[in-house]
Amino acid sequence: MTVNRQCRFDHKVIFGLVPGGSSVLDLGCGNGELLSKLIRQKGVKGLGIEKEFDQVAETIARGVPVIHSDLDEGLAGLPDRFFDYVILEKTLQAVKRPLFVLEEMIRVGSAGIVSFPNFGHRQVVFSLLSTGKMPVTQNLPYQWYDTPNIHLFTAKDFLDWAGANNVRIEKGFSWTGSEIVPFKEKESAVAEEILFVVSRVG
Amino acid sequence: MDRVKRAVPLTRLEVIKMSDAFNVLTDKTSKKVDGPESPFSVGYVFPRKVRLADETNPLPLECGKAIWPVDVEYEIYGKLNENKDNAILVLHALSGDAHAAGWYHDAEKLGRSWLVRRPGWWDNMIGPGKAFDTKKYCVICSNILGGCYGTTGPSSIAPESGRPYGLRFPVVTVGDWVRLQERLISYLGIEQLVTVAGGSLGGQQALEWALAYPDRVASAIVIASTAWLTDQGLAFNAVSRKAITADPDFKDGDYYDCASPDQGLSVARMLAHITYLSETSMQRKFGRRFRNGSKPGFQFEADFEVEGYLRHQAESFVERFDANSYLYITKAADYFDASVWGGGDLDKACERLSGKILLVSFSSDWLYLPEHMKNLALTIGRNRKQVSYANIQSSYGHDAFLLEVDKLTLLVRNFLEGGGQIDSK
Repeated sequence: MTVNRQCRFDHKVIFGLVPGGSSVLDLGCGNGELLSKLIRQKGVKGLGIEKEFDQVAETIARGVPVIHSDLDEGLAGLPDRFFDYVILEKTLQAVKRPLFVLEEMIRVGSAGIVSFPNFGHRQVVFSLLSTGKMPVTQNLPYQWYDTPNIHLFTAKDFLDWAGANNVRIEKGFSWTGSEIVPFKEKESAVAEEILFVVSRVG
Repeated sequence: MDRVKRAVPLTRLEVIKMSDAFNVLTDKTSKKVDGPESPFSVGYVFPRKVRLADETNPLPLECGKAIWPVDVEYEIYGKLNENKDNAILVLHALSGDAHAAGWYHDAEKLGRSWLVRRPGWWDNMIGPGKAFDTKKYCVICSNILGGCYGTTGPSSIAPESGRPYGLRFPVVTVGDWVRLQERLISYLGIEQLVTVAGGSLGGQQALEWALAYPDRVASAIVIASTAWLTDQGLAFNAVSRKAITADPDFKDGDYYDCASPDQGLSVARMLAHITYLSETSMQRKFGRRFRNGSKPGFQFEADFEVEGYLRHQAESFVERFDANSYLYITKAADYFDASVWGGGDLDKACERLSGKILLVSFSSDWLYLPEHMKNLALTIGRNRKQVSYANIQSSYGHDAFLLEVDKLTLLVRNFLEGGGQIDSK
């Protein structure tokens, strides 16, 4: 996915979260950098899904298995709970059918890891209020007309979705002031990026 | 080439016309052809021949029969290293041959005048610095059983009668081809291949290799291919064969000492060519243009450019291909079903795979559908085997596997090199 991945906070967190030897599906795996690290350094069994041809080619060059496919088409063909972890690293905001993609993530994985730029960050909100224009920040560096981020949402939006869909938040982390801190809902206005580990209840 | 029928030398003019047509076909995508002196060409090459089945060691076939003698024509580019662990087997499609790369010094003398001004069929992928880099790898290609380019086929002399087999040649399958290729690889002293690679029917062979001999291939590259033909594909092949067998000159396949069923084979080739292109590529190439000026001729000769193209393709094809081989090879394509290795269950079949697999499709290919390749990739992935799949955007239809050289090169090179990385972690 053509999404800004400059901030590697989620890479770091995910690398720490995923146990060695587990099976991992990376949705929108980009050039396969994260999967490659997980496979090489943690003995993970990994598979990527990526829709950009050039990124697929790069992923292949890393020796990482990848399937060229559009997430909006879903994951038919992959069985329920097939992977220990399914990663949606800064990808959800760039898909056309985010709820469908989330459902598919929850279906094929025992747990999901979702990271996203927090549109509810106070700087973003302030920028919108003060300039009256769509915010352009370090984490959201695009103009309204060329942004790949077509479904922007906040931490609260995501929690609402989880609550309404029997999805449990197992863990949460924020990227706040260049630091990784545990996610707290009341401090979400200062979180630039957020990462949740989720699983289906029951 | 005793058994290629009607190897009538073409005039120089015809040869030039054919190579022009080839350039038309490959405009825009391909760079210029690398001549024999080019540093990117494997240069001049020659076909070799070896007997791989004889009376004491016949080749058992899926149909229940066994065949001998079997001679195999093959070519080799690049050097086999001391450990014999740098070999790549490439597999040709329906009308291909063992001549995958380089040039013949004297194509006329080999009875293959159509190769005077044309390099091997995958020359843009095989050579020094190319996708299958002959500086590093030893690339092998052999002609399939039942073909008409040096390997034993229906035009070969049957030992019991002393006459060409014709339709007495046993029905062969992709599995039979691969078992014969395995004999060749063993004969060359190769324990494990770096990869097996092919497009279209060649891709089906690559997949069969990965399933039949998982320990003999470190990887497989399956391009514009499928685990089985669709009913639509079967239907096209059925029509092709009917065109041949309905030709009065077919004579139940016993036409080797008289006129051959050229009309039937022409129609078969014309039909096949339509399936190799896409609506877009045809529109771009021909655009409803008339061959002579801009007016209809009000007659039934080839009036439109597209008619002329098909006629030309058919005419040059019947010069170089045996109708009986066409029957046998299309039948083998029809019968191919990778799920056989799992008793009809493709998921189960894929349990057999051990190396890594690269699958490549082309967006406008309606003969070997991208969806089928993606499904195959997911099926292999479900078995927790290493698989990568890429769908190349192209308007060239099925033919793209010979034309989209740059993207294919990128994928193949990355795949072959990427493997090195992960193994040496």
